[in-house]
Amino acid sequence: MEQFAAQPQTTEKPFPCWSCKGPVAQSSPFCGTCAAVQPPGQVDHFVRLGLEVGFDISDRDLDQAYFALQRRLHPDRFAGRSPKEKHLSQQQATAINDAYETLKEPLRRADYLVHLKGMGVLPEGCNLVNDQMLLMESMELREALAEAETAIDVDAIAARANDGIRVCIEQLGTLFAQNDIEGACRLTTRLKYLQKLAEECRIRKAKLAAKS
Amino acid sequence: MAMLQIHEPGATPTPHEGDQALAVGIDLGTTNSVVAISTGGKPEVLRDEDGKALVPSIVAYAPDGSAIVGGLARTLLLDRPDSVVSSIKRLMGRGVEDVKSLAGTLPFDIDPAVEGQAGMVRINVSGQKLTPVEISADILRALKERAEEHLGYIVDKAVITVPAYFDDAARLATKDAARLANLEVLRLVNEPTAAALAYGLDRAVEGTYAVYDLGGGTFDISILRMEKGVFQVLATGGDAALGGDDFDHAIAEYFLAERAQSLGEKELTSAEVKVALMTASLAKECLSTANEGEWMLDVDGQQSAHKLDRNTFDGLIAQLVERTQEICLSVMADANVTADDVKGVVLVGGSTRVPLVRARVAQTFGQEPLADIDPDEVVAVGAALQAEALTVGSDTLLLDVTPLSLGIETMGGLIEKIIDRNTPIPVAKAQEFTTYQDGQTAMIIHAVQGEREMVEHNRSLARFTLRGIPPMTAGAARIRVTYTVDADGLLTVAATEETSGVEAEVAVKPSYGLTEEEMADMLYDSMKHAKDDMTERLLAEARVEAGRNVGAVKAALSADGDLLNGEERAEIDDALTSLEDMLGGDDRDAINTAAEALEQATKPFAEKRMDRGIRTALRGVELEALEDGVSNG
Repeated sequence: MEQFAAQPQTTEKPFPCWSCKGPVAQSSPFCGTCAAVQPPGQVDHFVRLGLEVGFDISDRDLDQAYFALQRRLHPDRFAGRSPKEKHLSQQQATAINDAYETLKEPLRRADYLVHLKGMGVLPEGCNLVNDQMLLMESMELREALAEAETAIDVDAIAARANDGIRVCIEQLGTLFAQNDIEGACRLTTRLKYLQKLAEECRIRKAKLAAKS
Repeated sequence: MAMLQIHEPGATPTPHEGDQALAVGIDLGTTNSVVAISTGGKPEVLRDEDGKALVPSIVAYAPDGSAIVGGLARTLLLDRPDSVVSSIKRLMGRGVEDVKSLAGTLPFDIDPAVEGQAGMVRINVSGQKLTPVEISADILRALKERAEEHLGYIVDKAVITVPAYFDDAARLATKDAARLANLEVLRLVNEPTAAALAYGLDRAVEGTYAVYDLGGGTFDISILRMEKGVFQVLATGGDAALGGDDFDHAIAEYFLAERAQSLGEKELTSAEVKVALMTASLAKECLSTANEGEWMLDVDGQQSAHKLDRNTFDGLIAQLVERTQEICLSVMADANVTADDVKGVVLVGGSTRVPLVRARVAQTFGQEPLADIDPDEVVAVGAALQAEALTVGSDTLLLDVTPLSLGIETMGGLIEKIIDRNTPIPVAKAQEFTTYQDGQTAMIIHAVQGEREMVEHNRSLARFTLRGIPPMTAGAARIRVTYTVDADGLLTVAATEETSGVEAEVAVKPSYGLTEEEMADMLYDSMKHAKDDMTERLLAEARVEAGRNVGAVKAALSADGDLLNGEERAEIDDALTSLEDMLGGDDRDAINTAAEALEQATKPFAEKRMDRGIRTALRGVELEALEDGVSNG
């Protein structure tokens, strides 16, 4: 797993700009003095995109932050520059893509947040499926899917999975806001399982369609 | 007419002006190629005297090796089929084994000498053995010449489009071909993305769009989101071996079966196949507007007549078109959109003129596709716009994705995916592996591309060995393998043993690609001026780098100049002046020496600036700690 900066950016030590040799902050993609592009700093995905740490992020805000950064840092902006600048812009764009991909999708975002906030806090094994309810529900729905013979049957199971996913995402927002990381961790496991079920429904449906 | 700009001695050429002449956009197609330029945001497709933009991607070779490209070469196809090559794009990045599976359906005379060996396919033409890379380079040279005639100066930079579904090997082969043609590739852009750029900018559209691109030999479908100058590819898919050529084959097979019935079964000659394919292509074009027609095959002194109507034609190609529909559905699922979300479907590629294709696209997306653009020219226009964006600058942004998953072979021929398909590029992902035998000192890293579970069903990209792992018990070594895909969609693989730091890195060169030596030989053969070009490029690079350095020092001086006393300042100013003087000249070594001197002169200054920066940062922390203390207490 990656190392995350444990503290917000204010306490970080500046590092020297490779171009003008002056000081630059870890989270800054450009040198404030000579404007040269910098290597991506060791900051978490939220800081990288300039977003507040939290589960409830609007797609709109995420996209805008992502586009604004890529507009300045994408390798297409550095086509006529020196190999060093090209290389750094590729590293920056890569880090921005990584942050965007991680935060865009609720499950990955929840997983990442649990990791980011839960280091050293969470008890061992809270991410394992030790939830009896979840296990029972899981077995029941899997059996139902295995026996489903028509697209309508599969749709009914998919609808249950999708309802569950929606509720999960709503509750995750509340739990993260209350800083209940242990609860969020358990719910993330549930979300993982529900999404897998929804995906299996999709595959099953495609197979049924191919047969007919 | 554009004028050459000359800098006054001493005036610093910034990296953005300097030597950047116009870069062209090239659509290097299976059947036809197009070259375009863009100035001031206005793209222009370059045409010949007759107003034709399309250059047939057909090359005729004389016994002395000289090449004729385009319409003239096509007319020679019937008279001298053995010295003419068409549809070479279908073989880009293909190995001998791949081509075997296509044998019989392709009108190529593959050199048997290399069969069974690794290495690039070679084609027998006019007594020579040529690789697809060399033949593509000849097409690119013809396009470059067309651009140079129009512009009146040397063109050496280009954006070249490739099918979105092209794998790593085919992309690399395209880049190699450009290098042979003495063109620097600023970027490889995916064809549907280029089309979306041209269409979206022209119509100022916003929302989710699909680009359905059925060319001569390749099929791509991309789902993009367009808004305010951002072109974000959500998902892409396709088939790198499905296109209008396959329609031709279907018709040609139909004709040849009829011919065998009327003239009796015998082994087909290469000439017969070529003539049948050309006739089939004519029939296909004709049936895009007419309902029926009749064609003659006149080869080896034997004639046969063939009737074909629209219904029969539709029946011959239905399976092929259905395959594109299936791919469209799975790409929509990958993009997490439904047909209702798609605001418009842009048609690209000459094969989208076939009525059955249009009808099936309308059926798949539940709407009539947009047909108000020229499907043959839109890709080159997009490439030209991107070429201008890369050289002059622009507000538009193309965000593309990997078309195919990239993985690594693990025990038992299974594949562990490292980068999933439809991941935004550039991207870098790492995974850790370990040894499975006690004392194991080497590990084979086998990079593959594709969606299947087993190695043999995917495309093998590269194989290399990480050596020098210190002997340990099985499972103790930690080998970190990193896959990096750049903005051109090209893969680099690096492997490090973490406990010892042993490293290996390869830019992926497919086993059936050209080796560096082969490439060097070809460059030597084809370019007498290679050395001059190299010198010039190095000089240009030294200027860009030194110019950047001058700018950086000046910026630092205006920000922190107060840290210096008069003597220190004078030393830096002297070094600056002498580097600026050198920038006006042509002496690369002098520029580099002066740049080195400036670097030395500014060292103490840099230390002072860092000290100040750290002190400022610490002050900020103290202040914050203080504030925290106040609010908590």
